[in-house]
Amino acid sequence: MTATTDTRTASPSGQGAPPTGASPTRARRSPVLRVLAESADLALRNLLHLRRTPGLLITCLVEPVVYAMLIGYVFGNSLGGPAYRSYMLGGLLAQTVAFTTTFTTVGLSRDLEQGMVDRFRTLPISRVALLLGRTTSDLATCVASMAVTTACGLLMGWRPHAGPFEVAAGFLLALLFSFAMSWIGVFVALVTPNAQVAGSLGLIWLFPATFISSAFVSGSSLPGPLSTVAVWNPITSLANALRHFFGNTPPPGFRVPHDWPAQHPALYTAACSALLIAVFVTLSTWCYRARTSR
Amino acid sequence: MHTPITSAVAVQGLRKKFRESHALRGIDLEVHPGEVLGLLGPNGAGKTTLVKILTTLLKPDSGHVLVNGWNVTAEPEKVRSTIGIAGQYSTVDGLLTGFENLYLIAKLRGVGRRTARRLADDLLSRFRLTDVAGRPAGTYSGGMRRRLDLAAALVGSPPLVVLDEPTTGLDPESRLDTWEAVGELVAGGTTILLTTQYLEEADRLADRITVIDRGRVVAEGTSDALKATAGNRLVVCVAEDCQLDAAARAVREATGATPTVDRRARRVEAPAADGRAALARALTALEGEQVEVLEIGLSRCTLDDVFLGLTSRNRQGAAL
Repeated sequence: MTATTDTRTASPSGQGAPPTGASPTRARRSPVLRVLAESADLALRNLLHLRRTPGLLITCLVEPVVYAMLIGYVFGNSLGGPAYRSYMLGGLLAQTVAFTTTFTTVGLSRDLEQGMVDRFRTLPISRVALLLGRTTSDLATCVASMAVTTACGLLMGWRPHAGPFEVAAGFLLALLFSFAMSWIGVFVALVTPNAQVAGSLGLIWLFPATFISSAFVSGSSLPGPLSTVAVWNPITSLANALRHFFGNTPPPGFRVPHDWPAQHPALYTAACSALLIAVFVTLSTWCYRARTSR
Repeated sequence: MHTPITSAVAVQGLRKKFRESHALRGIDLEVHPGEVLGLLGPNGAGKTTLVKILTTLLKPDSGHVLVNGWNVTAEPEKVRSTIGIAGQYSTVDGLLTGFENLYLIAKLRGVGRRTARRLADDLLSRFRLTDVAGRPAGTYSGGMRRRLDLAAALVGSPPLVVLDEPTTGLDPESRLDTWEAVGELVAGGTTILLTTQYLEEADRLADRITVIDRGRVVAEGTSDALKATAGNRLVVCVAEDCQLDAAARAVREATGATPTVDRRARRVEAPAADGRAALARALTALEGEQVEVLEIGLSRCTLDDVFLGLTSRNRQGAAL
């Protein structure tokens, strides 16, 4: 052992090299701090990717505008015009946030496909860090998308009628839900064979999940069982919670359901997010182990 | 539990089976500290599976695998902190610049920001990448990408570097370039496990060679020792086409083996296990056949001969 170390220090690479190798410096830090540091490094890397992939950047910044225009002016005019557009923002934000999941799915499955995940796995880093780095960077992406959506809302006449703390609480709740959705995205990426399948599968469940809700329409206008789904859909409750926090009231003629989730939208959304995070963090780490340690 | 290091890699009775096929059927392997071990084998021999097990990407079914004294199954994290890997399947991030690639790996290895930056700069200059350090690695040439990959494997000076087919898919110029870079590593005293399907590569870079085929070790030793086991070849060149058959008869008589005849070069060749004696017998036999010889001699087997001999024998054995 001593012999190897000596030859190594004599080598050009040895000069100024840190004492990693057999005894990594990192080992001194606490495990939690380590995972956080590693996740942060990987998250920064993912954000650099986003900056250098114009396609992704456009999706993240322009898609919210497209949805805002589409729903605000195409559907909005028949649903109550300006009053609806002001009410709609909560739903629009909920939908934007839900779509974060596709970023996660696409990003992670591309890393899996291109062998980057394998490269990271040969490094002495925690397995959770790789997934956590991904969901963290997507949280940042989500903040950008939310900013664009909010700007669109302001241009279309939306105004918050509540104090700054309520508004901030609304955005924080949206971020929590986005984080939960991101973990679903991780799971989808891990159970699909390649990036292409992952991309389409990531959308297939997301569209119905978003639209069978009362994010954009009055839940009670949906037929039979669909209205029950809509009532208990966390996207509905997030939209309602946001409207509640922002002090936006429904336009005239909008019937609002009075089920439990509708009565306690913020609590229900937070509980759903926590549950989703717990379930999908567990499932994903399990899948990740299974997929990578055959 | 850490076993004191006497060998960088110690593998005993390693087996790995995939759903339908046996990838590794009982491999024994040892890499001594400071040496370059060439792991040579055709496609599908099990090289990549072996590398994946050594680098903790796959779990062995059975067998005992120690890397730098750590057990790959019990303490994969310890193994990962003492190895660097580069080659075919270990990718550089095409969207990050050369600098960012190395910096990220240094950070992930637990190095501080300042040290990581210096480490990345040092490695970039060592692998002649300073000029392109700020460009995304996706825009690099094949040779530059492999050099960056090698540099990435060296971040943190791991005591063992695994190079998985480092030149597969490269053009000849980039291959020479990569060999040169590997040569520098070797000069620096790094222990290297190198897998390759190119004999020339193993011959040139490795101190010792282990040949594997169909999941088994079929031979091991230095390149010279392997060549010696295959013996020499008796080569005869004749002046006239019409004398080729007579020359072939004489060579068969002298060596007892069926010669190969190259009509265009007017050359007859056969393996000659007993070297000089075979040469003397051949001279007598050629005299008897009245062949006019232009050139005659013994030539040493190339590693190709050894390799083809070993792997085809193994194939026949398996078919029986």
